[in-house]
Amino acid sequence: MSKAAKAMDVEELFQPDDGAIEGHREIGDTELKAIAEALIFVADEPISPKSIADVLKLDRDAVETALTDLAGEYEARNGGLQLREIAGGWQIATRAEHHEQIRAYLKSRPSAKLSLASLETLAVIAYKQPVTVPEILEIRGVQSPSAIKTLLDKRLIVAKGRKETVGRPMMYGTSKEFLIQFGLKDLSELPSIEDFQDLAGGES
Amino acid sequence: MEDTAQTDNPTPATAEASAEAAPTISVVGAHPEITPDGDSDQLKITLGEFEGPLDLLLYLIRQEQVNIYDIPIARITDEYLRYLNLMQELDLTVAGDFLVMAAQLIEMKSRMLLPRDPLAEAEEVLDPRADLVNRLLEHEKFKAASQMLWSRATVEQAVFTRAEIETDSNNPEVAVGLFDLLRVFQEILSRHKEEVMLEIEREEITMAEMIERLRNMVRSVGELNLVTFFERAGSRRGLVVAFLSVLELVRMSEISLVQRETFGEIIARATNPA
Repeated sequence: MSKAAKAMDVEELFQPDDGAIEGHREIGDTELKAIAEALIFVADEPISPKSIADVLKLDRDAVETALTDLAGEYEARNGGLQLREIAGGWQIATRAEHHEQIRAYLKSRPSAKLSLASLETLAVIAYKQPVTVPEILEIRGVQSPSAIKTLLDKRLIVAKGRKETVGRPMMYGTSKEFLIQFGLKDLSELPSIEDFQDLAGGES
Repeated sequence: MEDTAQTDNPTPATAEASAEAAPTISVVGAHPEITPDGDSDQLKITLGEFEGPLDLLLYLIRQEQVNIYDIPIARITDEYLRYLNLMQELDLTVAGDFLVMAAQLIEMKSRMLLPRDPLAEAEEVLDPRADLVNRLLEHEKFKAASQMLWSRATVEQAVFTRAEIETDSNNPEVAVGLFDLLRVFQEILSRHKEEVMLEIEREEITMAEMIERLRNMVRSVGELNLVTFFERAGSRRGLVVAFLSVLELVRMSEISLVQRETFGEIIARATNPA
């Protein structure tokens, strides 16, 4: 047997029908889901379907279909983990209902929440972005310099350039971290601000 | 009051109280009052937490149960001023924003008292309260929105993702293997080979001297790139001694070797910086 032929044998040995990732080779649905799941597991932040598609050299649609299927499997299994879409990517996380036991194990307490002032400022920025400090003041009716600083420190908001108006004030918008911390797929998932009208008016 | 601040399911106001308030101050949306705090000499101050004048106005309007679209300005202004007085009595610094609003309310109240100019154009006889009402409604919407954010964050805090995996990026202190060390040594050796040797005098440096030199270099700079150290060794023999002294100090745990990335440069670092 020639050397070349031997090499081929070895290659075949390591490439069973649905084995390694190769650009030109078809990947079965099951395998696609398995690899996507593995990638989501190792990614240290929500991984986008595009990143998965790039690794697998597949088109995005196929990956998205697989992810939706996979999420369904997690749902159906009703286990300790969920596969969810957040901040433009996918993430494996525990289910909220088990938080007490998880906290008991991790010996962790819910971390310090944002103050009311910071929360209100964040709400204004989330809905009005990009928005300047004077515009925030107009809605809140009170200055919020420390709230802005807190939000910047917590990386929940980012500067989005300057507004071309008197004084060229800095404009702020929410960050990816905001989406992650508030469990949002994207900004469109925020309920419309007009929906709060009834809620606000209905209370007496 | 303090009990409410410690319940498991607090509203945003009480959540803030538990996080930020001193033990003597509890924050609830109620009339301000001063009460003795148990057996201690301290007084407990309870006051509504109002994020600015709009918040206070909204509270007063809800309290008085009046229609927000038809605010009895005289009554609300009185309430508002009474509240400001109370704040001053409690020796709280009343923020300028509150005073601006007070001035606006009083101005509005006096305009409401004046008969309307019969000759004025239609758009000029706008209700003087319209602007305030819009601001109040807008403000209230954002208050509701911030409550929504608060509950979302609470749910989100109950969801955990996996702990960090140790990778090169978050743990640069990957142990340096013997082969990495040899490779660095080889590199230096080969670099020396390429140079034209004009060695005339035999430089003698003992192992003890070399160890002392390495120790001093690491100590003075904190982090020493091994390439720099080896380059200073000079002769081939010096390099061998330098290499051995690195091994010796590592063995004695005086220095540790760190490589920030695969095939990257090797850094020597004192084990006990003190």
